[in-house]
Amino acid sequence: MHIIVVGLSHKTAPVEVREKLAVPESRLDEALARLRSYAGIKEGFLLSTCNRVEVYAVVEQIEEGHARVHEFFSDTHLALSSEQLTPHLYGYTGDRAIGHLFRVAASLDSMIVGEPQILGQLKDAFEVALNHKASGVVLNKLVRKAISVAKRVRTETKIAETAVSVSYAAVELAKKIFSNLSEKTVLLVGAGEMAKLAAQHLVDQGVRKVSITTRDAASAVDLARRFNATSIPFDHFRHEMAEADIVLCSTGAARYLIGVEDVEQAVRRRMNRPIFLIDISVPRNIDPAVKDIDNAFLFDIDDLETRVEQNLEERRREAVKAEQMVDEEVGQILHWLKSLEVTPTIVALRHRAEAIKQAEIEKALARLQNLSAQERSVVEGLASGIVNKLLHGSLVTLKAESTSGGGAMFIEAARRFFGLDDPTAAGRPGDTSSAAALDEPDSAEPGATRELSEQHPAGKRQT
Amino acid sequence: MTAIFFMATIALYLGGTAFSSAYLSRRDDTLAKIALGVTGVGFLMHTVALLARVVEAGPESLVSFHDALSFFAWALVLVFLWVDVRHHIHVMGSFLLPLALLSLIWAAALPKETSAPMLKTVWVHVTLSMLGTVGFAVAFAAGLMYVIQDGLLKSKQFNVLYSKLPPLDFLDHLNQLAIVTGFPLLTLGIIAGALSAEVARGAYLNWNPEQVWALVTWAFYCVVLLGRITVGWRAKRAAYLTIIGFGGVVLTLIGVVLKGHGAAL
Repeated sequence: MHIIVVGLSHKTAPVEVREKLAVPESRLDEALARLRSYAGIKEGFLLSTCNRVEVYAVVEQIEEGHARVHEFFSDTHLALSSEQLTPHLYGYTGDRAIGHLFRVAASLDSMIVGEPQILGQLKDAFEVALNHKASGVVLNKLVRKAISVAKRVRTETKIAETAVSVSYAAVELAKKIFSNLSEKTVLLVGAGEMAKLAAQHLVDQGVRKVSITTRDAASAVDLARRFNATSIPFDHFRHEMAEADIVLCSTGAARYLIGVEDVEQAVRRRMNRPIFLIDISVPRNIDPAVKDIDNAFLFDIDDLETRVEQNLEERRREAVKAEQMVDEEVGQILHWLKSLEVTPTIVALRHRAEAIKQAEIEKALARLQNLSAQERSVVEGLASGIVNKLLHGSLVTLKAESTSGGGAMFIEAARRFFGLDDPTAAGRPGDTSSAAALDEPDSAEPGATRELSEQHPAGKRQT
Repeated sequence: MTAIFFMATIALYLGGTAFSSAYLSRRDDTLAKIALGVTGVGFLMHTVALLARVVEAGPESLVSFHDALSFFAWALVLVFLWVDVRHHIHVMGSFLLPLALLSLIWAAALPKETSAPMLKTVWVHVTLSMLGTVGFAVAFAAGLMYVIQDGLLKSKQFNVLYSKLPPLDFLDHLNQLAIVTGFPLLTLGIIAGALSAEVARGAYLNWNPEQVWALVTWAFYCVVLLGRITVGWRAKRAAYLTIIGFGGVVLTLIGVVLKGHGAAL
């Protein structure tokens, strides 16, 4: 059993190739069914976003598995020959494949490191694979782990904390001046794209009152509808400026539209409440001297870009920490995967049964002190007989199923039923061991037990 | 026993101050959490020490300047704990804890015993005045943070400190809240003091320098408060004014000590 990934991303393939391979959500079912139909692919999971298309699979043979997924890709789009496609594809196996999945989920492989969308996309894709029963015990565990790694990276590092776009940097600055944006008013001067985007971000962050002014009255009305805003005639927006806490300025004008006096007057009328001015226009529309006015905070496009650059630098620093976390987590999951091999499981199962048997015999013999040697051996024989008969069926099934598609599931089930991964249970055989094993953190996570029941029919079908 | 708790408190506040100062230059929050823990334990010790004092000598013991300063530090740390736990503004500790520590060290340097107060109710005056002073200390810290953050925003230095300091309007609001709370308390404290003086000596005021300073300080904060409400003395101006005002408060306290630990009232 091997884990592989084959795919392409923004790092290896131009958009012309990516768009041909991308699988729209509506056709994900069909693609997964096709993927599973290739021989040797035991579990499959397809992640398709605008920046990457990747297939994660559990396969019997490494090389054959890679070849099958390559085949899957070249069959996806008829206009792409495998010669055209191969240079763009990358493939990893085992720990590197798992590491890749974790890095993708944690947004370390994203175009903008730390962007949050990928995690949602991964969850959606996983949901489809689950519903379609394309993924099994191994991939389910891996993807769930990837999601938890991504969350850990986001909470324990500052990778996604700061703004990395100019429009969002404006919001971030606004939050350093105003603690509660929902009470604030935004004045949008002009209809520049970046300013509109920043205004949208501010509205998303809770700003409720937006007013808009543009030289062209018609477009002000249009915009006003979009932001549920009031439009102000361009001639006297300066008088209305005192009402605004945040002024976003982005027009095509070649001169200063807002001068020192305008802002001074606004601050005075605001009784010195701070006013935040963002000038995203080039050439600038707000007199730079405004920055010297008390309680007025002016930022131009260069300031915002500097901020973005600093934040990107910070994200890169945090990404180093995140990579270490990924390495740690890969180590843990490899440990789990190893436990899914059949021989160690059988050995562990025998040890566990033997330990329980011995303990129970000792307990019984301690109470029956007057037994003859023959009677003692009958008691011992009875215990051995029961244990062996009970185990026999399980062991035969385990051995037989270990080579089938659902093998991993059987092994995982056996390990949980008998509490084989709970080291403390070994020393105290008896009724608590399997309950203790169910309390291990991984099993306690929601849905972990579900995966067994969900996958059962699939396992049956294959045997 | 009280002395041991008192010294342990100083040691723990020193630790808290050190950790929260180091926190200012570091990116992660670990140091702030350590500072919070250390200070929290210190606060418990401090509470025990204060209670022991009151049990020992009754609330009248608070008349000594030693205890007044100790009480001031205690209330200041309480404010810090509240802001940190409730609002998660760790940086508050970097500004409030040094003040608490300094006043406790000052308290340690002063003799504990005072001559018996002329009037049993003088402790009311001391407690109220000290609570008022806590308000002004918080306003001072908020003002200082405001001026720093304002400067960082104006000069576009987006450094570690910038990322830690809270939004400007939060600081301005905190400043206002602290004065609005502190001012009436100080007013009541001064009235209580004047009444005590009247009963003890037959005169509300005897115009000694620290009384004059106290009145000047009171008038100053009165003007600051009125200025905010009427002509918009908020934001940066309020920040500067409260920094200056707290300077006046400290001078008054020094005056009281030089005069003889407040017993003169």
